Amino acid sequence: MTLLTCKDLSLGYDGATVVEGLNFTVNAGDYLCIVGENGSGKSTLIKTILRLKSPISGEILTGGGLKPNQIGYLPQQTQIQKDFPASVMEVVLSGTLNQKGFKAFYNKADKQKAKDNLAKMDILNLQNKCYSELSGGQQQRVLLARALCATQKLLLLDEPVSGLDPKLTIEMYKLIEKLNKEHGITIIMISHDFSAALKYASHILHIGYKPLFFGTKDDYLNSEVGKAFSIIGGVANA
Amino acid sequence: MLEFNNIFEKLSLYFQYPFVRYALIVGVLIALCASLLGVSLVLKRFSFIGDGLSHVAFGAVAIASVLKLSNNMYLAIPITVLCAIAILSSSQNAKIKGDAAIAVISVGALATGYLVLNIFAASANISGDVCTTLFGSTSILTLKPSDVWLSIVLSIIVLTLFILFYNKIFAITFDEDFAVASGIRVKAYNLLIAVVTAIIIVLAINLVGSLLISALIVFPALSAMRVFKSFKSATICSAIISVVAAALGIIISILAGTPVGSTIVVVNIVNFALFYLVGALKGVKA
Ligand SMILES: Nc1ncnc2c1ncn2[C@@H]1O[C@H](COP(=O)(O)OP(=O)(O)OP(=O)(O)O)[C@@H](O)[C@H]1O
Ligand SMILES: [Mg+2]
Repeated sequence: MTLLTCKDLSLGYDGATVVEGLNFTVNAGDYLCIVGENGSGKSTLIKTILRLKSPISGEILTGGGLKPNQIGYLPQQTQIQKDFPASVMEVVLSGTLNQKGFKAFYNKADKQKAKDNLAKMDILNLQNKCYSELSGGQQQRVLLARALCATQKLLLLDEPVSGLDPKLTIEMYKLIEKLNKEHGITIIMISHDFSAALKYASHILHIGYKPLFFGTKDDYLNSEVGKAFSIIGGVANA
Repeated sequence: MLEFNNIFEKLSLYFQYPFVRYALIVGVLIALCASLLGVSLVLKRFSFIGDGLSHVAFGAVAIASVLKLSNNMYLAIPITVLCAIAILSSSQNAKIKGDAAIAVISVGALATGYLVLNIFAASANISGDVCTTLFGSTSILTLKPSDVWLSIVLSIIVLTLFILFYNKIFAITFDEDFAVASGIRVKAYNLLIAVVTAIIIVLAINLVGSLLISALIVFPALSAMRVFKSFKSATICSAIISVVAAALGIIISILAGTPVGSTIVVVNIVNFALFYLVGALKGVKA
Protein backbone atom coordinates (compact mmCIF):
# COMPACT_ATOMS: atom_id res chain seq x y z
CA MET A 1 0.00 0.00 0.00
CA THR A 2 1.54 3.29 -1.09
CA LEU A 3 1.33 6.13 1.42
CA LEU A 4 3.34 8.76 -0.41
CA THR A 5 4.39 9.26 -3.99
CA CYS A 6 6.66 12.13 -5.00
CA LYS A 7 6.74 12.83 -8.71
CA ASP A 8 9.38 15.04 -10.33
CA LEU A 9 9.50 17.13 -7.23
CA SER A 10 11.53 20.36 -7.20
CA LEU A 11 11.96 22.14 -3.91
CA GLY A 12 13.31 25.51 -2.93
CA TYR A 13 12.66 28.94 -1.54
CA ASP A 14 11.43 32.00 -3.45
CA GLY A 15 12.10 30.39 -6.79
CA ALA A 16 15.66 29.30 -5.93
CA THR A 17 15.81 25.55 -6.41
CA VAL A 18 17.44 23.46 -3.70
CA VAL A 19 16.69 19.93 -4.99
CA GLU A 20 15.12 18.80 -8.23
CA GLY A 21 14.10 15.59 -9.86
CA LEU A 22 12.92 13.85 -6.70
CA ASN A 23 11.05 10.66 -7.49
CA PHE A 24 10.25 8.17 -4.80
CA THR A 25 7.47 6.28 -3.09
CA VAL A 26 6.91 5.33 0.51
CA ASN A 27 4.85 2.25 1.27
CA ALA A 28 3.09 1.48 4.49
CA GLY A 29 5.54 -0.15 6.89
CA ASP A 30 8.64 1.32 5.24
CA TYR A 31 11.51 2.79 7.22
CA LEU A 32 12.99 5.45 4.98
CA CYS A 33 16.18 7.22 5.90
CA ILE A 34 17.00 10.49 4.16
CA VAL A 35 20.69 11.27 4.10
CA GLY A 36 22.71 14.05 2.50
CA GLU A 37 25.05 16.85 3.41
CA ASN A 38 24.10 20.03 5.27
CA GLY A 39 21.94 22.31 3.18
CA SER A 40 21.06 19.63 0.64
CA GLY A 41 17.34 20.11 1.25
CA LYS A 42 16.39 17.28 3.61
CA SER A 43 14.41 19.43 6.03
CA THR A 44 12.88 21.27 3.11
CA LEU A 45 11.65 17.95 1.72
CA ILE A 46 10.02 16.98 5.02
CA LYS A 47 8.35 20.37 5.30
CA THR A 48 7.04 20.00 1.79
CA ILE A 49 5.69 16.53 2.52
CA LEU A 50 3.90 18.03 5.52
CA ARG A 51 2.58 20.82 3.30
CA LEU A 52 4.20 23.47 5.45
CA LYS A 53 5.52 24.84 2.18
CA SER A 54 4.63 24.20 -1.41
CA PRO A 55 6.94 22.61 -3.99
CA ILE A 56 8.31 24.64 -6.92
CA SER A 57 7.06 21.96 -9.28
CA GLY A 58 6.02 18.36 -9.25
CA GLU A 59 3.53 16.77 -6.92
CA ILE A 60 3.12 14.75 -3.77
CA LEU A 61 0.32 12.22 -3.78
CA THR A 62 -0.92 10.58 -0.63
CA GLY A 63 -2.57 7.19 -0.70
CA GLY A 64 -3.63 4.41 1.58
CA GLY A 65 -6.10 6.70 3.31
CA LEU A 66 -3.31 8.73 4.92
CA LYS A 67 -4.72 11.84 6.55
CA PRO A 68 -2.77 14.83 7.88
CA ASN A 69 -4.02 14.11 11.39
CA GLN A 70 -2.30 10.71 11.45
CA ILE A 71 1.18 12.14 11.10
CA GLY A 72 3.65 12.78 13.89
CA TYR A 73 6.42 15.28 13.26
CA LEU A 74 9.64 16.15 14.99
CA PRO A 75 11.03 19.42 13.62
CA GLN A 76 14.79 19.96 13.41
CA GLN A 77 14.57 23.27 15.20
CA THR A 78 11.72 25.13 16.72
CA GLN A 79 12.03 28.80 17.39
CA ILE A 80 10.31 28.87 20.71
CA GLN A 81 10.84 32.02 22.67
CA LYS A 82 13.06 32.00 25.68
CA ASP A 83 10.33 32.98 28.14
CA PHE A 84 7.37 31.12 26.64
CA PRO A 85 5.21 29.93 29.56
CA ALA A 86 4.48 26.29 28.71
CA SER A 87 4.80 23.24 30.89
CA VAL A 88 6.20 20.00 29.48
CA MET A 89 2.79 18.36 29.95
CA GLU A 90 1.05 21.10 27.98
CA VAL A 91 3.50 20.70 25.11
CA VAL A 92 3.20 16.92 24.96
CA LEU A 93 -0.59 17.01 25.28
CA SER A 94 -0.78 19.27 22.26
CA GLY A 95 0.45 16.27 20.28
CA THR A 96 -2.86 14.52 20.90
CA LEU A 97 -4.87 17.42 19.46
CA ASN A 98 -4.84 16.07 15.93
CA GLN A 99 -7.16 13.25 16.97
CA LYS A 100 -9.68 15.44 18.73
CA GLY A 101 -11.49 17.11 15.87
CA PHE A 102 -13.92 19.61 17.34
CA LYS A 103 -13.66 18.29 20.87
CA ALA A 104 -12.36 21.11 22.99
CA PHE A 105 -10.78 19.49 26.02
CA TYR A 106 -8.32 16.70 26.80
CA ASN A 107 -9.76 13.58 28.39
CA LYS A 108 -8.21 10.94 30.64
CA ALA A 109 -7.03 8.83 27.70
CA ASP A 110 -5.17 11.79 26.19
CA LYS A 111 -3.45 12.50 29.47
CA GLN A 112 -2.50 8.85 29.87
CA LYS A 113 -1.09 8.79 26.36
CA ALA A 114 0.99 11.86 27.10
CA LYS A 115 2.29 10.29 30.30
CA ASP A 116 3.13 7.02 28.55
CA ASN A 117 5.16 8.85 25.95
CA LEU A 118 6.89 10.97 28.57
CA ALA A 119 7.81 7.74 30.32
CA LYS A 120 9.16 6.31 27.06
CA MET A 121 11.44 9.34 26.81
CA ASP A 122 12.34 8.90 30.47
CA ILE A 123 11.19 12.40 31.41
CA LEU A 124 8.01 11.75 33.36
CA ASN A 125 9.62 13.60 36.26
CA LEU A 126 9.83 16.78 34.16
CA GLN A 127 6.13 16.95 33.35
CA ASN A 128 5.43 20.08 35.38
CA LYS A 129 8.64 21.89 34.46
CA CYS A 130 8.71 24.89 32.17
CA TYR A 131 9.68 23.81 28.64
CA SER A 132 11.84 26.83 27.89
CA GLU A 133 13.92 26.27 31.01
CA LEU A 134 15.01 22.74 30.01
CA SER A 135 18.33 21.76 28.47
CA GLY A 136 18.55 21.22 24.71
CA GLY A 137 18.49 17.43 25.00
CA GLN A 138 15.56 17.52 27.42
CA GLN A 139 13.64 19.76 25.03
CA GLN A 140 14.37 17.28 22.22
CA ARG A 141 12.89 14.50 24.35
CA VAL A 142 9.78 16.54 25.01
CA LEU A 143 9.28 17.21 21.31
CA LEU A 144 9.80 13.52 20.58
CA ALA A 145 7.13 12.63 23.13
CA ARG A 146 4.83 15.14 21.45
CA ALA A 147 5.54 13.62 18.03
CA LEU A 148 4.79 10.14 19.38
CA CYS A 149 1.44 11.37 20.73
CA ALA A 150 0.50 12.62 17.28
CA THR A 151 1.60 9.51 15.39
CA GLN A 152 -1.01 7.14 14.02
CA LYS A 153 0.38 5.95 10.71
CA LEU A 154 3.40 8.00 9.75
CA LEU A 155 6.23 9.49 11.78
CA LEU A 156 8.52 12.12 10.27
CA LEU A 157 11.70 12.71 12.23
CA ASP A 158 14.17 15.46 11.39
CA GLU A 159 17.43 14.45 13.07
CA PRO A 160 15.77 12.81 16.08
CA VAL A 161 18.94 11.94 17.97
CA SER A 162 20.77 15.25 17.65
CA GLY A 163 21.34 16.52 21.17
CA LEU A 164 20.48 13.22 22.86
CA ASP A 165 23.00 11.48 25.08
CA PRO A 166 24.42 8.10 23.89
CA LYS A 167 22.14 6.05 26.11
CA LEU A 168 18.95 7.68 24.90
CA THR A 169 20.23 7.66 21.32
CA ILE A 170 20.34 3.87 21.39
CA GLU A 171 16.98 3.66 23.15
CA MET A 172 15.54 6.08 20.63
CA TYR A 173 16.62 3.93 17.68
CA LYS A 174 15.19 0.86 19.39
CA LEU A 175 11.94 2.66 20.07
CA ILE A 176 11.62 3.79 16.46
CA GLU A 177 12.37 0.26 15.30
CA LYS A 178 9.69 -1.08 17.62
CA LEU A 179 7.13 1.43 16.36
CA ASN A 180 8.00 0.38 12.83
CA LYS A 181 8.09 -3.39 13.32
CA GLU A 182 5.45 -3.97 15.97
CA HIS A 183 3.02 -1.15 15.42
CA GLY A 184 3.39 -0.94 11.65
CA ILE A 185 4.14 2.76 11.73
CA THR A 186 5.84 4.11 8.66
CA ILE A 187 9.01 6.04 9.43
CA ILE A 188 10.69 8.80 7.46
CA MET A 189 13.83 9.88 9.23
CA ILE A 190 16.55 12.37 8.41
CA SER A 191 19.88 11.40 9.82
CA HIS A 192 23.58 12.15 9.53
CA ASP A 193 24.32 8.91 11.32
CA PHE A 194 25.11 6.56 8.42
CA SER A 195 25.74 3.49 10.52
CA ALA A 196 22.35 3.78 12.21
CA ALA A 197 20.67 4.59 8.91
CA LEU A 198 22.12 1.48 7.34
CA LYS A 199 21.35 -0.64 10.36
CA TYR A 200 17.68 0.21 10.78
CA ALA A 201 16.30 1.61 7.53
CA SER A 202 14.60 -0.41 4.83
CA HIS A 203 15.02 2.32 2.21
CA ILE A 204 17.50 5.12 1.67
CA LEU A 205 17.06 8.43 -0.09
CA HIS A 206 20.37 10.17 -0.65
CA ILE A 207 20.08 13.76 -1.81
CA GLY A 208 22.63 16.48 -2.45
CA TYR A 209 24.66 14.11 -4.61
CA LYS A 210 24.13 13.51 -8.30
CA PRO A 211 22.47 11.32 -9.32
CA LEU A 212 20.03 11.21 -6.43
CA PHE A 213 19.72 7.77 -4.98
CA PHE A 214 16.49 6.15 -3.93
CA GLY A 215 16.11 2.46 -3.28
CA THR A 216 16.33 -0.30 -0.74
CA LYS A 217 19.19 -0.46 1.69
CA ASP A 218 20.81 -3.37 -0.13
CA ASP A 219 20.75 -1.56 -3.44
CA TYR A 220 22.24 1.44 -1.72
CA LEU A 221 25.15 -0.56 -0.34
CA ASN A 222 25.94 -1.74 -3.87
CA SER A 223 25.63 1.68 -5.48
CA GLU A 224 28.47 4.10 -6.17
CA VAL A 225 27.23 6.68 -3.67
CA GLY A 226 26.40 4.02 -1.13
CA LYS A 227 29.87 2.53 -1.30
CA ALA A 228 31.50 5.91 -1.00
CA PHE A 229 29.46 7.00 1.98
CA SER A 230 29.11 3.78 3.92
CA ILE A 231 32.88 3.82 4.38
CA ILE A 232 32.52 7.15 6.14
CA GLY A 233 29.85 5.58 8.26
CA GLY A 234 32.30 2.85 9.20
CA VAL A 235 29.97 0.10 8.01
CA ALA A 236 32.25 -1.28 5.30
CA ASN A 237 34.89 -2.12 7.86
CA ALA A 238 32.47 -3.57 10.33
CA MET B 1 -11.71 56.13 59.94
CA LEU B 2 -13.67 59.16 58.87
CA GLU B 3 -11.83 59.07 55.59
CA PHE B 4 -12.83 55.46 55.02
CA ASN B 5 -16.43 56.16 55.83
CA ASN B 6 -16.36 59.00 53.38
CA ILE B 7 -15.00 56.84 50.61
CA PHE B 8 -17.51 54.16 51.37
CA GLU B 9 -20.40 56.57 51.34
CA LYS B 10 -19.29 58.08 48.09
CA LEU B 11 -18.95 54.65 46.50
CA SER B 12 -22.32 53.40 47.67
CA LEU B 13 -23.87 56.60 46.43
CA TYR B 14 -22.35 56.04 43.01
CA PHE B 15 -23.30 52.41 42.89
CA GLN B 16 -26.94 53.33 43.29
CA TYR B 17 -26.80 54.47 39.69
CA PRO B 18 -27.33 51.47 37.42
CA PHE B 19 -24.92 52.98 34.94
CA VAL B 20 -22.04 52.87 37.33
CA ARG B 21 -22.74 49.23 38.00
CA TYR B 22 -23.03 48.52 34.27
CA ALA B 23 -19.80 50.36 33.59
CA LEU B 24 -18.02 48.26 36.15
CA ILE B 25 -19.38 45.08 34.58
CA VAL B 26 -18.47 46.19 31.08
CA GLY B 27 -15.03 47.36 32.13
CA VAL B 28 -14.25 44.10 33.86
CA LEU B 29 -15.53 41.99 30.95
CA ILE B 30 -13.52 43.92 28.36
CA ALA B 31 -10.40 43.78 30.49
CA LEU B 32 -10.92 40.03 30.91
CA CYS B 33 -11.26 39.40 27.17
CA ALA B 34 -8.29 41.61 26.32
CA SER B 35 -6.03 39.88 28.82
CA LEU B 36 -6.98 36.36 27.73
CA LEU B 37 -6.06 37.07 24.14
CA GLY B 38 -3.13 39.15 25.33
CA VAL B 39 -1.06 36.11 26.33
CA SER B 40 -1.36 34.66 22.87
CA LEU B 41 -0.86 37.99 21.08
CA VAL B 42 2.26 38.83 23.06
CA LEU B 43 3.75 35.38 22.51
CA LYS B 44 2.96 35.36 18.81
CA ARG B 45 4.59 38.80 18.60
CA PHE B 46 1.26 40.11 17.41
CA SER B 47 0.94 42.92 19.94
CA PHE B 48 1.77 45.45 17.21
CA ILE B 49 -1.32 44.29 15.31
CA GLY B 50 -3.39 45.33 18.30
CA ASP B 51 -1.73 48.71 18.26
CA GLY B 52 -2.37 49.21 14.55
CA LEU B 53 -5.98 48.10 14.88
CA SER B 54 -6.64 50.53 17.70
CA HIS B 55 -5.78 53.41 15.37
CA VAL B 56 -8.05 51.98 12.73
CA ALA B 57 -10.80 51.83 15.32
CA PHE B 58 -10.23 55.51 16.08
CA GLY B 59 -10.67 56.41 12.42
CA ALA B 60 -13.77 54.29 12.17
CA VAL B 61 -15.34 55.81 15.29
CA ALA B 62 -14.60 59.28 13.93
CA ILE B 63 -16.36 58.53 10.67
CA ALA B 64 -19.26 56.90 12.51
CA SER B 65 -19.74 59.93 14.72
CA VAL B 66 -19.78 62.24 11.70
CA LEU B 67 -22.39 60.01 10.08
CA LYS B 68 -24.38 60.28 13.34
CA LEU B 69 -25.03 56.57 13.65
CA SER B 70 -27.11 55.49 16.62
CA ASN B 71 -24.11 53.54 17.85
CA ASN B 72 -20.54 54.12 16.67
CA MET B 73 -19.69 50.47 17.12
CA TYR B 74 -22.01 49.38 14.30
CA LEU B 75 -19.57 50.93 11.86
CA ALA B 76 -16.36 50.62 13.85
CA ILE B 77 -16.58 46.85 14.37
CA PRO B 78 -16.92 45.86 10.70
CA ILE B 79 -14.22 48.32 9.54
CA THR B 80 -11.75 47.22 12.21
CA VAL B 81 -12.46 43.54 11.57
CA LEU B 82 -11.82 44.03 7.84
CA CYS B 83 -8.54 45.78 8.56
CA ALA B 84 -7.55 42.96 10.93
CA ILE B 85 -8.07 40.49 8.11
CA ALA B 86 -6.12 42.69 5.70
CA ILE B 87 -3.19 43.11 8.10
CA LEU B 88 -3.07 39.42 8.90
CA SER B 89 -3.12 38.26 5.30
CA SER B 90 -0.47 40.80 4.33
CA SER B 91 1.83 39.81 7.17
CA GLN B 92 1.58 36.19 6.05
CA ASN B 93 2.69 37.23 2.60
CA ALA B 94 6.46 37.50 2.81
CA LYS B 95 6.68 39.81 -0.19
CA ILE B 96 4.91 42.71 1.51
CA LYS B 97 6.39 43.57 4.85
CA GLY B 98 3.74 43.11 7.52
CA ASP B 99 4.95 45.85 9.84
CA ALA B 100 5.02 48.39 7.01
CA ALA B 101 1.47 47.47 6.05
CA ILE B 102 0.38 48.03 9.64
CA ALA B 103 2.14 51.38 9.82
CA VAL B 104 0.45 52.51 6.62
CA ILE B 105 -3.01 51.38 7.68
CA SER B 106 -2.80 52.67 11.25
CA VAL B 107 -1.32 56.11 10.53
CA GLY B 108 -3.64 56.48 7.56
CA ALA B 109 -6.67 55.71 9.71
CA LEU B 110 -5.56 58.08 12.46
CA ALA B 111 -5.04 60.96 10.06
CA THR B 112 -8.25 60.34 8.15
CA GLY B 113 -10.26 60.09 11.34
CA TYR B 114 -8.98 63.39 12.69
CA LEU B 115 -9.42 65.13 9.34
CA VAL B 116 -12.99 63.88 8.96
CA LEU B 117 -13.84 65.00 12.48
CA ASN B 118 -12.37 68.45 11.83
CA ILE B 119 -14.17 69.03 8.56
CA PHE B 120 -17.56 67.56 9.29
CA ALA B 121 -18.05 67.50 13.02
CA ALA B 122 -21.15 69.29 14.19
CA SER B 123 -20.05 69.60 17.78
CA ALA B 124 -18.16 72.71 18.84
CA ASN B 125 -15.80 70.75 21.02
CA ILE B 126 -13.78 68.80 18.46
CA SER B 127 -10.64 68.50 20.51
CA GLY B 128 -12.76 67.20 23.39
CA ASP B 129 -14.29 64.56 21.12
CA VAL B 130 -10.90 63.54 19.78
CA CYS B 131 -9.44 63.37 23.24
CA THR B 132 -12.30 61.15 24.39
CA THR B 133 -11.81 58.74 21.53
CA LEU B 134 -8.05 58.62 22.02
CA PHE B 135 -7.87 58.41 25.77
CA GLY B 136 -11.31 57.19 26.80
CA SER B 137 -14.15 59.07 28.40
CA THR B 138 -13.41 61.13 31.47
CA SER B 139 -16.57 59.75 33.00
CA ILE B 140 -17.83 56.22 32.61
CA LEU B 141 -21.35 57.60 32.98
CA THR B 142 -21.25 58.44 29.29
CA LEU B 143 -21.74 54.78 28.35
CA LYS B 144 -24.97 54.34 26.43
CA PRO B 145 -27.24 51.39 27.30
CA SER B 146 -26.75 49.98 23.82
CA ASP B 147 -22.96 50.11 24.37
CA VAL B 148 -23.40 48.19 27.57
CA TRP B 149 -25.49 45.41 26.09
CA LEU B 150 -23.37 45.08 22.98
CA SER B 151 -20.27 44.85 25.15
CA ILE B 152 -21.79 42.20 27.38
CA VAL B 153 -23.00 40.04 24.49
CA LEU B 154 -19.74 40.29 22.54
CA SER B 155 -17.64 39.63 25.64
CA ILE B 156 -19.57 36.47 26.35
CA ILE B 157 -19.06 35.31 22.76
CA VAL B 158 -15.32 36.04 22.99
CA LEU B 159 -15.01 34.20 26.31
CA THR B 160 -16.86 31.16 24.98
CA LEU B 161 -14.72 31.03 21.85
CA PHE B 162 -11.57 31.35 23.92
CA ILE B 163 -12.50 28.52 26.25
CA LEU B 164 -13.62 26.23 23.42
CA PHE B 165 -10.47 26.80 21.37
CA TYR B 166 -8.07 27.21 24.28
CA ASN B 167 -6.02 24.08 23.54
CA LYS B 168 -5.77 24.86 19.86
CA ILE B 169 -4.79 28.45 20.61
CA PHE B 170 -2.00 27.10 22.78
CA ALA B 171 -0.85 24.74 20.03
CA ILE B 172 -0.67 27.40 17.33
CA THR B 173 0.94 29.90 19.69
CA PHE B 174 3.59 27.44 20.83
CA ASP B 175 4.57 25.90 17.51
CA GLU B 176 2.73 26.92 14.38
CA ASP B 177 4.54 24.47 12.09
CA PHE B 178 3.68 21.49 14.26
CA ALA B 179 0.09 22.67 14.48
CA VAL B 180 -0.15 22.84 10.68
CA ALA B 181 1.52 19.44 10.40
CA SER B 182 -0.99 17.89 12.77
CA GLY B 183 -3.88 19.15 10.71
CA ILE B 184 -5.00 22.12 12.80
CA ARG B 185 -6.36 24.84 10.55
CA VAL B 186 -3.87 27.43 11.70
CA LYS B 187 -4.86 30.08 9.17
CA ALA B 188 -8.48 29.91 10.25
CA TYR B 189 -7.53 30.20 13.93
CA ASN B 190 -5.15 33.10 13.26
CA LEU B 191 -8.01 34.80 11.47
CA LEU B 192 -10.30 34.12 14.41
CA ILE B 193 -7.74 35.61 16.79
CA ALA B 194 -7.37 38.71 14.63
CA VAL B 195 -11.13 39.19 14.30
CA VAL B 196 -11.72 38.73 18.00
CA THR B 197 -8.87 41.14 18.76
CA ALA B 198 -10.50 43.70 16.49
CA ILE B 199 -13.83 43.33 18.28
CA ILE B 200 -12.25 43.70 21.71
CA ILE B 201 -10.38 46.79 20.61
CA VAL B 202 -13.54 48.48 19.42
CA LEU B 203 -15.30 47.57 22.64
CA ALA B 204 -12.41 48.92 24.67
CA ILE B 205 -12.52 52.33 23.01
CA ASN B 206 -15.32 53.36 25.34
CA LEU B 207 -13.36 52.22 28.33
CA VAL B 208 -9.78 53.31 27.80
CA GLY B 209 -9.75 55.02 24.41
CA SER B 210 -7.94 53.88 21.32
CA LEU B 211 -4.42 54.95 22.30
CA LEU B 212 -4.41 53.01 25.55
CA ILE B 213 -5.95 49.72 24.43
CA SER B 214 -2.62 48.03 23.81
CA ALA B 215 -1.84 48.45 27.48
CA LEU B 216 -4.93 46.41 28.36
CA ILE B 217 -3.77 43.64 26.02
CA VAL B 218 -0.07 43.64 26.82
CA PHE B 219 0.45 44.53 30.48
CA PRO B 220 -1.50 41.74 32.24
CA ALA B 221 0.09 39.10 30.00
CA LEU B 222 3.60 40.44 30.56
CA SER B 223 3.04 40.64 34.32
CA ALA B 224 1.73 37.09 34.54
CA MET B 225 4.57 35.72 32.41
CA ARG B 226 7.14 37.13 34.83
CA VAL B 227 5.96 34.78 37.53
CA PHE B 228 4.03 31.88 35.98
CA LYS B 229 5.67 29.29 33.77
CA SER B 230 2.83 27.26 32.32
CA PHE B 231 0.41 28.54 29.71
CA LYS B 232 -2.62 27.76 31.82
CA SER B 233 -1.36 29.45 34.97
CA ALA B 234 -0.10 32.45 32.98
CA THR B 235 -3.45 32.81 31.24
CA ILE B 236 -5.47 32.53 34.44
CA CYS B 237 -3.16 34.92 36.29
CA SER B 238 -3.28 37.40 33.42
CA ALA B 239 -7.09 37.30 33.54
CA ILE B 240 -7.17 37.87 37.30
CA ILE B 241 -4.65 40.70 37.15
CA SER B 242 -6.60 42.39 34.40
CA VAL B 243 -9.96 42.09 36.14
CA VAL B 244 -8.59 43.40 39.42
CA ALA B 245 -6.76 46.26 37.71
CA ALA B 246 -9.86 47.27 35.77
CA ALA B 247 -12.13 47.18 38.82
CA LEU B 248 -9.59 49.03 40.94
CA GLY B 249 -8.96 51.58 38.20
CA ILE B 250 -12.65 52.27 37.74
CA ILE B 251 -13.25 52.67 41.48
CA ILE B 252 -10.25 54.96 41.90
CA SER B 253 -11.35 57.06 38.97
CA ILE B 254 -14.82 57.45 40.49
CA LEU B 255 -13.39 58.50 43.84
CA ALA B 256 -10.61 60.71 42.58
CA GLY B 257 -12.38 62.00 39.50
CA THR B 258 -9.50 60.89 37.26
CA PRO B 259 -9.93 59.69 33.66
CA VAL B 260 -10.89 56.00 33.66
CA GLY B 261 -8.60 54.76 30.91
CA SER B 262 -5.36 56.25 32.15
CA THR B 263 -6.16 55.22 35.72
CA ILE B 264 -6.62 51.58 34.69
CA VAL B 265 -3.41 51.66 32.68
CA VAL B 266 -1.45 53.17 35.57
CA VAL B 267 -2.78 50.47 37.92
CA ASN B 268 -1.56 47.93 35.36
CA ILE B 269 1.86 49.53 35.23
CA VAL B 270 2.25 49.49 39.01
CA ASN B 271 1.15 45.88 38.93
CA PHE B 272 3.69 45.02 36.25
CA ALA B 273 6.43 46.51 38.39
CA LEU B 274 5.28 44.35 41.31
CA PHE B 275 5.26 41.15 39.27
CA TYR B 276 8.60 42.02 37.75
CA LEU B 277 10.01 42.26 41.24
CA VAL B 278 8.41 38.99 42.36
CA GLY B 279 9.73 37.26 39.24
CA ALA B 280 13.23 38.58 39.86
CA LEU B 281 13.13 37.49 43.50
CA LYS B 282 11.90 34.04 42.49
CA GLY B 283 14.75 33.80 40.00
CA VAL B 284 17.27 34.70 42.70
CA LYS B 285 15.89 32.12 45.10
CA ALA B 286 15.71 29.31 42.54
N1 LIG C 1 13.43 29.60 5.20
C1 LIG C 1 14.35 29.56 4.20
N2 LIG C 1 14.41 30.56 3.30
C2 LIG C 1 15.30 30.50 2.28
N3 LIG C 1 16.18 29.50 2.10
C3 LIG C 1 16.17 28.48 2.98
C4 LIG C 1 15.24 28.46 4.07
N4 LIG C 1 15.45 27.32 4.78
C5 LIG C 1 16.47 26.69 4.17
N5 LIG C 1 16.88 27.37 3.08
C6 LIG C 1 17.94 26.94 2.14
O1 LIG C 1 17.56 25.72 1.57
C7 LIG C 1 18.65 24.83 1.51
C8 LIG C 1 18.26 23.51 2.15
O2 LIG C 1 17.97 23.68 3.53
P1 LIG C 1 17.51 22.49 4.47
O3 LIG C 1 17.18 23.05 5.79
O4 LIG C 1 16.46 21.70 3.77
O5 LIG C 1 18.85 21.62 4.54
P2 LIG C 1 19.11 20.26 5.30
O6 LIG C 1 19.40 19.24 4.25
O7 LIG C 1 18.01 19.95 6.23
O8 LIG C 1 20.45 20.60 6.09
P3 LIG C 1 20.92 20.16 7.55
O9 LIG C 1 21.61 18.85 7.43
O10 LIG C 1 21.89 21.23 7.93
O11 LIG C 1 19.74 20.12 8.45
C9 LIG C 1 19.82 25.52 2.22
O12 LIG C 1 20.73 25.91 1.23
C10 LIG C 1 19.24 26.72 2.88
O13 LIG C 1 20.10 27.80 2.74
MG1 LIG D 1 17.79 19.92 8.25
